[in-house]
Amino acid sequence: MSSISIDTIKNDPQFQELVSKRSRFAWTLTAAILIIYFGFIFVIAFVPKVLAIPLGTGIVATVGIPVGLGVIVSAFVLTGIYVARANTEFDAITQQIVERVK
Amino acid sequence: MSASSNWLAILFFFIFISLTLAITWWAARRTKTTAHFYAAGHGISGFQNGLALAGDYMSAASFLGIAGLVALNGFDGLIYSTGWLVGWPIILFLIAEPLRNLGKYTFADVVAYRLNQKPVRIAAVIGTMSVVLTYLIAQMVGAGTLIKLLFDLDYTVAVVIVGCVMMTYVLFGGMIATTWVQIIKAGLLLGGAFAMALLVLSKFGFNPASLFAKAAEAYGGKVLEPGTKVVTGAWDAVSLGLALMFGTAGLPHILMRFYTVPDARQARQSVVWATVWIGSFYLITFILGFGAMVLVTPDVILKAGGGGNMAAPLLANALGGPALFGFICAVAFATILAVVAGLTLSGAAALSHDFWVSTVKGGKATEDEQLLVARIASVILGVCAILLGIVFQGQNVAYMVGLTFSIAASANFPALMLAIFWRRLTTAGAVSSILFGAIGTLLLIYLGPTIQVDLLKNDPVWLAQQWWSFPLKNPCIVTMSLAFAVGIVVSLLKPEPTSEQAFAEMERRAMTGSTGLAANPAE
Repeated sequence: MSSISIDTIKNDPQFQELVSKRSRFAWTLTAAILIIYFGFIFVIAFVPKVLAIPLGTGIVATVGIPVGLGVIVSAFVLTGIYVARANTEFDAITQQIVERVK
Repeated sequence: MSASSNWLAILFFFIFISLTLAITWWAARRTKTTAHFYAAGHGISGFQNGLALAGDYMSAASFLGIAGLVALNGFDGLIYSTGWLVGWPIILFLIAEPLRNLGKYTFADVVAYRLNQKPVRIAAVIGTMSVVLTYLIAQMVGAGTLIKLLFDLDYTVAVVIVGCVMMTYVLFGGMIATTWVQIIKAGLLLGGAFAMALLVLSKFGFNPASLFAKAAEAYGGKVLEPGTKVVTGAWDAVSLGLALMFGTAGLPHILMRFYTVPDARQARQSVVWATVWIGSFYLITFILGFGAMVLVTPDVILKAGGGGNMAAPLLANALGGPALFGFICAVAFATILAVVAGLTLSGAAALSHDFWVSTVKGGKATEDEQLLVARIASVILGVCAILLGIVFQGQNVAYMVGLTFSIAASANFPALMLAIFWRRLTTAGAVSSILFGAIGTLLLIYLGPTIQVDLLKNDPVWLAQQWWSFPLKNPCIVTMSLAFAVGIVVSLLKPEPTSEQAFAEMERRAMTGSTGLAANPAE
């Protein structure tokens, strides 16, 4: 490894690009899962009757069942979205930065 | 249960014990350094670690507990299963990769990265031990009660057996054995639960809607709506939700697992697989819970004892007779064994790596000494687990699981987040955040209805009038927010320039796995 100063790292445009892209992406997805889950919890806590509405006339299943299962499915979906981009785009940039410093 | 079913359960259990002890013997010969003992030599793949994470996480509380919760309360069981799942995306997006890139064996490695080692490590040991010990109490008491119900074995004998087998795994096989025990157990648990769910659905034309319809027909539409049985108030529900979601990212035995893989990319894959297994498992337990409600009925489940925990085993008996019952009982026992092994190992890592080596010996200790101290710590924790299990016999420890997640979310999670993402965190800020979170949670649980009303049998009306009383069962909403606030305010009061300067270097390492600097002490 070559010896470079911490300022070189800080000012490396590719590294700055990685940091800003990855942070924005990770925090956006974090906000999404927080809104989905706490939306669900706040409805249960403050207006539970909304989830008690039947899905249709003559159907006993309530709105709550698909919504609750939807929270679980949304965790799968957001995980998939993150990994798809991290495995390709972010890993490629990281690889380039690491190679360049070697 | 009949004698023949006990016999089968014991047979299955002995097969599991023999197999895992054989693995421990194999692992013991490969455990030569601290990297093997704490992190399985960083040689576990993302897929394997994902299964092991699922094994660590799917405790008896989530398998037997959620199935029972759904069987007795219907829809409300979903609050737990969704909360326990959504913690994983948070770990994936924010924690897993920096944690793997920055640390070696424990999450304290990351918190202490740019801070003064000793005070931060000591605080992290207190945070870790609070979580490990409360969770061990919940698991050991659960184990004793369950084994008494399943195998008709004396409580104390059951606790001692669990303690000794678990100690054998950890002491001799370290993280290599613990990981493989988790993988086998996760496979058995997922396979068993999946087979049961298929059997349940086969009775309803493979249509979950007819299962729900049947449940609503028998017990009223309320089983398909949110009720008030699981949480007793609106803010309690929110606070519980916070604890379940962020507690996962503060559990030391979960965080420690990220060091068993070779790099950040594999750490990411582990979370993906863990999310797949755990999410599918919770979807399955929802089916099992409703299956037990219809096929076993809540009356029978309550009569069996264990506060709903017998729902899944009884359902197995109804579906597949003594053979399936025996298998599921053995899986439940294996589940507890594997989880306590993971907990004990993470406690041992905190005591030896964070406390003894990094604090007492200032980071200077030979490999042999470190391994010896780690093994002594494992024995101490194993003995503690057995003693705590015996001391808390007959106590209702269901609240301990909630308490564990609340401490983890309040003591460990805020400090870890601030350490990774906030440039201006100082040593005093991190230490006060961890201590405040741990002590605050214990104090508010003690002053709240869980201890004062449920345990000490005080009058809730009297309690509400006391100036010191705390209204919520789960204090996380207050303690976690305050732990963040304390960490930030204390850091701002007295800046620590060395920590701020090291942030750029840390960020580089967190993102890429190397600092790019020639002088890199950790490599």
